[in-house]
Order: sequence, then C-alpha cells, then structure tokens
Amino acid sequence: MGKIVGAIVVNEERCKGCSLCVVACPKDVIALTDRKVNVNGYPFAIAARPDECIGCTACGIVCPDGCITVYRKKLE
Amino acid sequence: MNNDIISPENLVYAKPELMNDTPMHYCAGCSHGVVHKLVAEVIAEMGMEEKAIGVSPVGCAVFAYRYIDIDWQEAPHGRAPALATGIKRLWPDRLVFTYQGDGDLACIGTAETIHSLNRGEHIAIIFINNAIYGMTGGQMAPTTLLGQKTATCPFGRVPELHGYPLNITELAARLEGTCYVSRQSVETVAAIHKAKKAIRKAFEASMKGLGSSLVEIVSTCNSGWKLTPVKANEWMQEHMFEKYPKGDLKDTTSL
Repeated sequence: MGKIVGAIVVNEERCKGCSLCVVACPKDVIALTDRKVNVNGYPFAIAARPDECIGCTACGIVCPDGCITVYRKKLE
Repeated sequence: MNNDIISPENLVYAKPELMNDTPMHYCAGCSHGVVHKLVAEVIAEMGMEEKAIGVSPVGCAVFAYRYIDIDWQEAPHGRAPALATGIKRLWPDRLVFTYQGDGDLACIGTAETIHSLNRGEHIAIIFINNAIYGMTGGQMAPTTLLGQKTATCPFGRVPELHGYPLNITELAARLEGTCYVSRQSVETVAAIHKAKKAIRKAFEASMKGLGSSLVEIVSTCNSGWKLTPVKANEWMQEHMFEKYPKGDLKDTTSL
C-alpha cells in the first residue's frame, strides 16, 4: 500500500490567527507564527511540520475564513 | 517534496468557489465563516448558483451579501422571513433562504419567524444561535443561558429579572407548517458535516415545496463571550448543548 502524503497552502493575508486549525489537525502539523504577523496584524497559520501532513482536510473544513487549501497524493 | 504534491490534480479541499476573496469582517474564529462556507458549498452542489436568493439580516451577518456570489436582499431588522415569503411567492422556482442570528430571529423578528414557519412558506431559515448580541457589543439576547454573564447582565442572567432563555427551534418543531427543524453546530469536522447535510435537506425541502425549514446552528461568539476561539468552542460544548441539544427535532420530509 502506498503512503499518503498531504500538503497545505495557507492564504496568509486572509488568515486571522484564530488557531482553530491548530486544534483540528490530528498530526500537529500546523502552528501559528511566533513573531511574524500579516498585513492586518494577525499571527497566521503555517505548516510547521509539513512532512507529517496526511491531507485529511480537517484544517480546511474548520477554517472560518477559508484560508487553507489542502492537497493529497498517494505515493507508490 | 511538497512542491510536487501541490498541483491541481491533488487538490482535495479549497475555499468554495461561490465564496469570493473579500476579507470577511467577522472576528477571528467566528462560526459565521464556517456556516457561510457550508451555504456556498450546498448551493454549488445543488447547481443553484443562478437561482439562489439569500436574505441577509441585521446583525453580524448583515454583510453576508458581500461574501457569497449569489443574489441577496437585505431585510429590515427581523423581517427577513417576511421578505423571503414575498420573494418565494413571486419566484417559486428560486431557492430562497434567510440567514439570521438570534437577536434578529428570536427577538425583534419573533413574529415574522413564527408566522412564516407556521404558514409553511417554502423557505429555509438558517438560524445562528450564539446566545448573545455579538454585533452591538455582547448584550443579553433572548437565547442567553441562565447564569451567563453579558454586558447587560454582568452578574449572570436570572429568571426573576430577565426571564428564561427562548428555545425558538423547539417552538418551530411544534408548528404544523414546518417540515424540517434541526439543530446543529460547527465546532468539529464531524459536526460540520452533519450541519452541511441539514442545510442541504432544508434547501431541498424548500425546493420540493414541502413546507418551511429551520436549521439552528449553535455557534460561538468568542468576542462577546470574552474567550479565545478555541476556549469558546469548549464553552459551547460544555454549556450550550445542555440547553440546546443537537439533532433533528422534526423531519417529515422523507428526503
């Protein structure tokens, strides 16, 4: 069976740093930026441990602002 | 490695196409955003992009028309169901729904809500219940829980002074005109899937002319409750579901 790998792309300017995606992620992939903010002054979500991502889409589904795009691929 | 995963054929989730890029004015972590996404997804799945008409309320969702690219009409405070009644009667082939908060639907618009549901107008009402007046600064709403602190009941709501929380969804389930009455929430992935199914059923029931539908979404208002978005979700799970239990209260649609 092939391994399933995922990746997320965060719309950093749209993100408000509510951290609901951080809690929703089962693999602890996402974190908020520590000392960086976007144009609106919010810390934003980033894939801190991108290699762990399985593309389950939980972060995208719970994001109230639709900031997260999720990709998933099966490696043979 | 990430670069070859990120390509269109591997896309599994993105912001709904009907939702545009206008930045939403909602506070960080507000449940409104999730429900907006669900509405946009359901309308697209039903293929009703050109035939959907939303009626936006007065309240936090007053600017809903800015974010979802369908036809919208802005209603006077509380009058969204009355306006939706008119639209649906003139254009029976349109998908007409209202999107209202608890201040709009359960306080100033109680008469319009109850009567349009009781008449069995073929409209769907999406009711966001966060137990507080979010837009005006966190005052007590009819749906505020007993003991809950707000700007206008800083020592907690007491029934002797403020009356009891109004459970309007339960009232709606007793009315003969309603065909589908459900209460959902959007705090977890599983709950969001259920809420989406409920919204879809309500929209389909209205298009089939089965009667009026009400979908209550128990929501958070982290700014009004003075909690972080994550803590607000926990508070909702601990306190709100006791008074507002989730599930279908009435379903005569057989859809």
